Amino acid sequence: MLLVEDKQIVVPGEILAEGDYHSGRGTFKEEEKVCSSLVGLVAVRDKKISVIPLQSKYIPKRGDVVIGEITDIRFSMWNLDINSPYSGILPAAEVFGKEKRELNRAFDVGDVLFLRVVDVDEVKKVKLGLKGRGLGKFRGGILIHITPTKVPRLIGKKGSMINMIKDQTRCEVVVGQNGIVWVKGKPEMERVVQKVVKTIEEEAHTSGLTDRIRDMLMELLEEGTEKTETEETSKKEEEDFKEELIQ
Amino acid sequence: MVQSIVPEIIRESVTNLIKKGERVDGRALDEYREISLETGVIKKAEGSARVKIGNTQIVVGAKPQIGEPFPDTPNVGVLITNSELLPMAAPNFEPGPPDERSVELARVTDRCIREGKVVDLEKLTIIPGKKVWMIFMDMHIVDYDGNLFDAAVLGCLAALMTTKVPSTTIEDDEVVIDYEKMVPIPINEQPLMCTMAKIGGELVVDPSLEEDDILEARVSIGIRADGSICAMQKGGSVPFTHEEVLKAVGIAQEKTKELRKFIPQA
Amino acid sequence: MIIILTSKSIGNNDKGTLTTSSTKKRRDGRDFDELRPLKIEAGVLERADGSAYLEIGDNKVLAAVYGPRELHVRRLLKPNMAILRCRYNMAPFSVEDRKRPGPDRRSVEISKLTAEALNPAVFLEKFPRSTIDVFIEVLQAEGGTRCAGITAASVALADAGIPMRDMVAACAAGKSDGQVIMDLSEWEDKEGEADLPIAMMPRTGDITLLQMDGHLTSDEFEQALDLAIKGCQIIGEEQKNAIKNRYGD
Repeated sequence: MLLVEDKQIVVPGEILAEGDYHSGRGTFKEEEKVCSSLVGLVAVRDKKISVIPLQSKYIPKRGDVVIGEITDIRFSMWNLDINSPYSGILPAAEVFGKEKRELNRAFDVGDVLFLRVVDVDEVKKVKLGLKGRGLGKFRGGILIHITPTKVPRLIGKKGSMINMIKDQTRCEVVVGQNGIVWVKGKPEMERVVQKVVKTIEEEAHTSGLTDRIRDMLMELLEEGTEKTETEETSKKEEEDFKEELIQ
Repeated sequence: MVQSIVPEIIRESVTNLIKKGERVDGRALDEYREISLETGVIKKAEGSARVKIGNTQIVVGAKPQIGEPFPDTPNVGVLITNSELLPMAAPNFEPGPPDERSVELARVTDRCIREGKVVDLEKLTIIPGKKVWMIFMDMHIVDYDGNLFDAAVLGCLAALMTTKVPSTTIEDDEVVIDYEKMVPIPINEQPLMCTMAKIGGELVVDPSLEEDDILEARVSIGIRADGSICAMQKGGSVPFTHEEVLKAVGIAQEKTKELRKFIPQA
Repeated sequence: MIIILTSKSIGNNDKGTLTTSSTKKRRDGRDFDELRPLKIEAGVLERADGSAYLEIGDNKVLAAVYGPRELHVRRLLKPNMAILRCRYNMAPFSVEDRKRPGPDRRSVEISKLTAEALNPAVFLEKFPRSTIDVFIEVLQAEGGTRCAGITAASVALADAGIPMRDMVAACAAGKSDGQVIMDLSEWEDKEGEADLPIAMMPRTGDITLLQMDGHLTSDEFEQALDLAIKGCQIIGEEQKNAIKNRYGD
């Protein structure tokens, strides 16, 4: 028996369903009862119940792309803050190969990098790398912090949300899965992106967001861009987005 | 306290914007964030206030106690200012005895309140040389979002202005306290403090957290209602020029006028 | 009409009909099984990962949570789970006579018990080698601050997005003026015969804090325990409302 509605806000310990239901992300099962472990929104898919958190810390996973800040230079590696309970390391070999060079010639404390999580071992040592398209040190621009769980919402289905922002503001935007966003463009456009990203973070759990963000962008840019998509497609986007989160 | 490292990108973007006369949060260089002030928030304290500047939040409580005056000032009451940068207020604030930042905050606030002659301390004498009122002002910093000094002075001033002590009489050299009859403590002046950060060679009023983190130098100036100066504190490792100091005084005189409207009406 | 006070009869009783020859109104006008006015607000601080503000009677308590975050003290690190640390602190102006700043024996003990009361509810195993830090600040004290602190801390943990089996709600019961009562005021605590603060996970009913001082017969103890449990259940509902209100639900 389902005791909650889809998209309802629930709290830790709240019983979501009894009997023949599966426990998905953000839930646990105790004595045939599926309970929420988080503050979040219920997502029901057939017999599987998940809770999409409204707030969380970034836990590194192999393959993720993250934005990190160099906090220390050591003998053969850099230490990085990746906005997580676990800090990352970037081994010198990832940058120089076998060549021996002075580390601070390449990156210094305070530099901000776009990196890939290469490995997370059993003692939670997070190894980072720079091999891949677009990875490396950022120059200029601004940083915005958002709750990592809101990242999929900011990106949107197949990048719809983020692409809309990029197109409208002509800014470069890079989103790390750890909730850090880098933006570079005209300074006034960077501020527009900052406002929009913060709104997406605050309203990520509400519906009709894509349309509201489109309106907000238009208003902020003070130019009447025509709506290119119909209501229906954006509704579909939201459904797809939910699907993505549950998986 | 652990010093936080500021990403170079943030330092650059904040600085570049200020050089153009703009700020990250859209304020003018000489503009305060939203300010709110409530008094009487703590019933157990004889005077109290909760002040917010932006998201910086301080709860101040004033508690009078009867004690002995200092030997060199037998006819003067005692004012003690204390602050706690609580570990709840910022991720890099740590539990433990007050660190140098916390002590600096308490001392600068104390100087502004004391030299600003807020309280007529001589009127806090009960028996000359023997008994005086000691007023303990405790600042509880619960949320740190930059610029503690201005919030601290505003909060302490408001707390003192609402502080009441029981009336006292002397019978046979003994102090008789009448808790039924509470009287406000004598307030003379109302100094306020304005803090400016030097970033990219410009002076910005009421530095936000980001600005506080990257500032080259900082100056806090206490101003009385008549525009005279009662306290100053420079912070940070970069010097000020002569012109900058004079300009800062001028700005502080203007901006404290605005702050004045938040002072509770006596 | 005489009603025997067992947990069932209390739990099911309509307050209007509950009158016994032995119950009388309390000093502050409350019934024996009535909480002081309670207000909880989630997400009140900017910097903390999670926070809550709670008022019950004249108690005013702030709780903040940071974490899970990196633990720099290696000797405390646990390889298979997070640790949960707690600091309970009273503001110098929170009590009648100014309290000297800094921890004393009482606050050290309460800090330890608070951490232990919250521990069973948190899925610590999800964040090995990290720490979750809970800070409780009592801004104004009026009896029952440890319970108020635990209740607020649990809301702050949920607000920080930390996964939990259940909320933790805390409430005291005790005896004052010869009567077993729920949620002791400062006066009832000081002048009363016994104080029994507990914390509980409302869904499971598991008790995670249990202290008592004073004197109770075993019947009175059972009555008091039932009252404290009932108080926790009411408070648990308020915790839920506070969190849901934050997101406009």
